[in-house]
Amino acid sequence: MYRYDEFDRDFVNQRVSQFEDQVRRRMSGELTEDEFKPLRLMNGLYLQLHAYMLRVAIPYGTLNGSQMRKLAHIARTYDRGYGHFTTRQNVQFNWPKLSDTPQILHELADVEMHAIQTSGNCIRNVTSDQFAGAAADEFADPRVYAEILRQWSSLHPEFLFLPRKFKIAITGAEHDRAAVQVHDIGLQLTRNENGEIGFVVFVGGGLGRTPMVGRKVRDFLPENDLLAYSEAILRVYNRYGRRDNKYKARIKILVHETGLEELKQDIETEFEATKNGILDLPNEEVVRINEYFAPPSFEAMPKISTELEAAKREDRDLALFSSRNLHAHKAEGYTSVTISLKPIGGAPGDATADQMDVIADVAERFGHNELRVTHEQNLVLPHVKLQDVPTVYKILKANELADSNAGLITDMIACPGLDYCALANARSIPIAQEISKRFEEVKRQNEIGDLKLKISGCINACGHHHVGHIGILGVDRKGEELYQITLGGSADQNTSIGKIIGRGFPEAEITDAVETVVDTYLANRLDEDESFIEAYRRLGDQPFKDALYGA
Amino acid sequence: MKTITANRLVDGDVVWLGHNGEWVEFVEAAWILNTDEDMTSALDFAKAGEDKQYVLGTYAIDLELKDGHLQPKSLKERIRAQGPTTRLDLGKQAERHLRSA
Repeated sequence: MYRYDEFDRDFVNQRVSQFEDQVRRRMSGELTEDEFKPLRLMNGLYLQLHAYMLRVAIPYGTLNGSQMRKLAHIARTYDRGYGHFTTRQNVQFNWPKLSDTPQILHELADVEMHAIQTSGNCIRNVTSDQFAGAAADEFADPRVYAEILRQWSSLHPEFLFLPRKFKIAITGAEHDRAAVQVHDIGLQLTRNENGEIGFVVFVGGGLGRTPMVGRKVRDFLPENDLLAYSEAILRVYNRYGRRDNKYKARIKILVHETGLEELKQDIETEFEATKNGILDLPNEEVVRINEYFAPPSFEAMPKISTELEAAKREDRDLALFSSRNLHAHKAEGYTSVTISLKPIGGAPGDATADQMDVIADVAERFGHNELRVTHEQNLVLPHVKLQDVPTVYKILKANELADSNAGLITDMIACPGLDYCALANARSIPIAQEISKRFEEVKRQNEIGDLKLKISGCINACGHHHVGHIGILGVDRKGEELYQITLGGSADQNTSIGKIIGRGFPEAEITDAVETVVDTYLANRLDEDESFIEAYRRLGDQPFKDALYGA
Repeated sequence: MKTITANRLVDGDVVWLGHNGEWVEFVEAAWILNTDEDMTSALDFAKAGEDKQYVLGTYAIDLELKDGHLQPKSLKERIRAQGPTTRLDLGKQAERHLRSA
């Protein structure tokens, strides 16, 4: 894992002290709310429906046991005993007091964490593959570059007041688990014909009210040019991005309005002026940061664990868990374990303080002290010996953390919605809970197979509904919640934006509608190997429309 | 029927303007504004609350009678007045329960 140096530590401590003083001045009236709001937002503190909300950064979703334990402590001491893991691989606390936030930030700094740039019109937390550094299908650890980007973008003086927020994602495997094509900048690690490492670069992807798939601007950007090229993109965006209308301020609109070729030319011109300068990535720095992400020393283990196989034969639930929640690891005899935060009828992404403590313990005892937050609002133990899986499973099960639903219909993304969020128009969590209960039966979920269902409570699309195989968008129609269904979205290497299928459904009917969509898929798929998204792409939306609204 | 609501600066808690310009923690204790004169005085109190750094983001909301009880008209304001609909152990609904226990 990345290790703080003195610079990082001093920097974070300085920021906490600054914020402490800002809070003091706000409470005494020296600062008005208009003056204070941008300052608190730059430190991750929002005001939501019921209380303040503090969003804590988890760089590229990587944290260790003591950091998780600290999150548990904060949930218990300053909040209401739980935290909410987000699609930006961060964590949110829903009930902190303004007067407690400086102390919370001090406590976070003790474990090398902070809330800087988790809000505001700046470069946000760089997200990545939750299986980074572990996945069998990966050829380079994307977190090395995510960390380099983090260092470059943290308090970058030129990019703290961008036209709008800016999100970067990076993946190191061909199978994109980081949704890079729906980011302002999406980076896909690759190698050229000489075997040199570099990036495919996408620009202008995004969700929100105007969803767009990122446009490819480089087939191969050499590793050395990562920062200079990123700086060129940001500089062009900062200069030409619209500031007159916040709904048209993201870089995707600039790409759309300017045209790809002209914008590419602008970026290349800026890049020519920037490259071969101080932003050239020094090789020794790449090597140094690579060392920080050196994999743990894996033991030589047999490829198949006889202990796990025997335990699976004894325990069908463990067998099921292993079939859904284990991901192939690059080291033989190891696996990555997904800890589902989607219990049946639960709030997606929530974990209690006690559960966080348990997860921290498990990571320390069985997982080389590493944890990941996934953009699908789950947690991952990236490095676990196959032979330890039965014990890990037993502990997770005892703490209601062993739902075997990774990638299934009940493993859905949902934003906090109108139950918490000041921007929302409709509730998301109760819809997620109802759907989860409807599809509770394990056999049925597995029969349906891989299916990504994503729910947003407003057009800002924090619940990624545009890229759900089934997406649900909550809207307000004359004071009533109404839910629109989109079909055919996807956020992997074949990214697509879902299409609205027809008129929306009231709360009481949306679960039935989802069931109708799923039943239509089951009735029309070629065989059980044809997934929902494959079937949709083959069939189009007509059979689903007919089933929902009549032929 | 209207009332004025805000969040309390120190902890973000949802509050409503009371009859004497004080800020109350439950909507049932809020000052119900039926006239323009009431609204004018209430807005003065609201501004004073902001100026004194006690509350922030004051605004007026609509109320309605439902089953003999006054409640905010919009779902969003009802959720602010009660708490998350999915967590009855949190928010005003839980505090009200605790106080009456």
